[in-house]
Amino acid sequence: MAQYDVVIIGGGPGGYNAAIRAGQLGLKVACIEGRGTLGGTCLNVGCIPSKAMLHASELYELANKDFAKMGLEGKVTVNLPVMLQQKADSVLALTKGIEFLLKKNKVDYIKGWGRIAGPGKVAVKAEDGTETVLDTLNIIIATGSEPTPLPGVDVDQKRIVDSTGALVIPEIPKSMVVIGAGIIGLELGSVWRRLGAEVTVVEYLDRITPGMDGETAKTFQRILTKQGVKFKLGTKVTGAKASKTGVALTLEPAAGGDAETLNADYVLVAIGRRPYTDGLGLETVGIVPDKRGFIANDHFKTSAPGVWVVGDATYGPMLAHKAEDDGVACVELIAGKAGHVNYDLVPSVVYTFPEVAWVGKNEEELKAAGIAYKTGKFPFTANSRAKVNHEGEGFVKVLADATTDQILGVHMIGPQVGEMIGEYCVAMEFSASSEDVARTSHPHPTRSEALRQAAMGVEGWTMQA
Amino acid sequence: MADIMTPALGESVAEATVARWTKKVGDAVKRDEMLIELETDKVSLEVVSPADGVLTEIVAAEGETVLPGALLGRVTAGAAASPSAPASAPVAAPAPAPAPVAAAAPVAPSVRRIAAETGLDTSTVAGSGKDGRVTKGDALAALEARAAAPAVAAAPSAPRPVHEREDRVKMTRLRQTIARRLKEAQNTAAMLTTFNEVDMSAVMALRNQYKDVFEKRHGVKLGFMSFFVKACVEALKDVPDVNAEIDGTDLIYKNHYDIGVAVGTDKGLVVPVVRDAETLSLAGIEKAIGALGKKARDGQLSIDDMQGGTFTISNGGVYGSLMSTPILNAPQSGILGMHKIQDRPMVVGGQIVVRPMMYLALSYDHRVVDGQGAVTFLVKVKDYIEDPQRLLLDL
Repeated sequence: MAQYDVVIIGGGPGGYNAAIRAGQLGLKVACIEGRGTLGGTCLNVGCIPSKAMLHASELYELANKDFAKMGLEGKVTVNLPVMLQQKADSVLALTKGIEFLLKKNKVDYIKGWGRIAGPGKVAVKAEDGTETVLDTLNIIIATGSEPTPLPGVDVDQKRIVDSTGALVIPEIPKSMVVIGAGIIGLELGSVWRRLGAEVTVVEYLDRITPGMDGETAKTFQRILTKQGVKFKLGTKVTGAKASKTGVALTLEPAAGGDAETLNADYVLVAIGRRPYTDGLGLETVGIVPDKRGFIANDHFKTSAPGVWVVGDATYGPMLAHKAEDDGVACVELIAGKAGHVNYDLVPSVVYTFPEVAWVGKNEEELKAAGIAYKTGKFPFTANSRAKVNHEGEGFVKVLADATTDQILGVHMIGPQVGEMIGEYCVAMEFSASSEDVARTSHPHPTRSEALRQAAMGVEGWTMQA
Repeated sequence: MADIMTPALGESVAEATVARWTKKVGDAVKRDEMLIELETDKVSLEVVSPADGVLTEIVAAEGETVLPGALLGRVTAGAAASPSAPASAPVAAPAPAPAPVAAAAPVAPSVRRIAAETGLDTSTVAGSGKDGRVTKGDALAALEARAAAPAVAAAPSAPRPVHEREDRVKMTRLRQTIARRLKEAQNTAAMLTTFNEVDMSAVMALRNQYKDVFEKRHGVKLGFMSFFVKACVEALKDVPDVNAEIDGTDLIYKNHYDIGVAVGTDKGLVVPVVRDAETLSLAGIEKAIGALGKKARDGQLSIDDMQGGTFTISNGGVYGSLMSTPILNAPQSGILGMHKIQDRPMVVGGQIVVRPMMYLALSYDHRVVDGQGAVTFLVKVKDYIEDPQRLLLDL
């Protein structure tokens, strides 16, 4: 078999985007994926199916809670098997779409589990057990991540599920405990709460969504609480006992104290993700991952010549779009181009209702770094479009350098903010000042006006609040 | 089709303003016929037609600023003049501003606002943004730097309204340059002025005695200026500091004596230079001054005519000034002010006698020239003028 320029292990957002870019740049490239479908965690058991469930459950809740306010009457009921099936159908169609994109860009899609077998060699084990070895100049590790297990709480995907299992629960639970108040737990918890479950979120830290701007996180928690989510913060889970009908969890205050028992129909373990780098044959090229499994890199280069790493398998935010950016930049570097990722400007979004979105530094980080900044804030209650849609919760907050007015961070909670954060990503990528956004025309009436009004607020000329 | 291009403008001249088009679009033009008058910081230049034909396009309209090599307009060779402008060539409409020669990076809204409000030239600001774009922070820093530099005039505020009995006239480039350079000289040099007076009797007597013969022989009038140029050259030889200039932390002493002679024209003051004055006779100096003065009045001075002087003489006396403090012509270190000759009672040998007297002023850069040197210089000039035979005898 002819030698490849690049062999990519993993067909998720990091891997398949790297493969497409390599094809565009005329490299001979193979992408190895053992799951049977392309798209990785994101498309198969992550971002995409969870959004399908979030969207459907959001409409259900809207129909039964808010339609009456707008003069729309009638009760909407849930047909869970159909809801799960439409989700699965969308996912399947999208995985086929990626297969088409690989073909279009002349990428060899190789089904099987890839493993490095020494310098310039990748062994692929097919489903039927046969193994082939590919020769290649470059190897890109794009193996992604998997849910971090919690000692004492064994995921059986029946009553104790992780983010994968939580997408296919065959019934609407009466009660559910989510362990971990991070983005994944709050999104999936929201899905099942909307559909009817009583949801309790147990979190070891004394705050939700670590990494999120403090003020925004507090507002977010208040809104979720109002929606019916219960929070037990500063609490650790010490054990779980699953039966056929439910789970009994034992909890303890993180600071120490009396244990208690919490019963639920289902438990979702969502305490984070860890790199998926076991069994990759790293030892054959002398790569030693750190104790959590991450592979270090310098501009995507690992310690082994010709071996590169992108996405969740290396450092940085474990986000699909970060992996995608990594993949593109890595391939461009391999092709002798100037690939680069600006890790300071990777946006984050929580797809609950309201959504939370942010990019850049939060207030706590700016204070810790001793950077003088100014704040502009605008509430969605004062935004006409949000108001007529009965979506007045939340705000937009813009943080800008006190001297240069350069935007340093943007934090939003409110309707559709995930769709709108990109505006600030572009602005910040061009080192824009708050004034630059404030002086840019925004359509009226849209929620995006709140972004402009908040920018105006940095220099004290918010006009509509 | 022949392009009319902006010619090279000379050393240290970056741009020119289109002062006047002598032809309209559609007019017939002849090769080498004057088409455009350009004004630079230093002189007016004429641009001629590159071909016989018709002026078909004006690219740089009157008032626009152009860089060397920029397209001014186009002449279609051999075409016949049309009685009216062709419909396809918009004549009257003010041509859209020509694209700057270097394609400028897009400017952020905040930077555009700052530039509009403060007159900051963003093309001179180093950009820290993506691909070198100028950010608001860059513009603010540039403004701060500008405020810290005292040499630069304060940002123009919004133009004040013009009242009924006032006229607003745009400064010509020459006027703007004069304004800027005078202010730069004042802000840079440690400038002060020393005075003396000179008895003009001897020079006047000499002139009266020989003026006719001189004119017949040399074809130029014998004026006082040649005496002063000669006197200054000799005095500069004696006090070389006055003929020096500062360059950073060095002094540059010049062993050539190129004397700028300020000439008033209807467009402003210009200072053409009499080269190598130390090698010229009085007649040679008079001839040189005469030729330069005529060129200046005709607007024909080239930039070369005005560059590189080592010392300047300014004669306010022709307008009747009795005393003044001239401003240095940077980077020179001295300028002599001549004034009106006035009969005044003087005490000579214990007697009060009437003498034709002129006050002399020497403004100098005290960073280069000591008080003693300045005073000595002026006394030497006085001595040479009061006793012109010393010039002959090299005393």
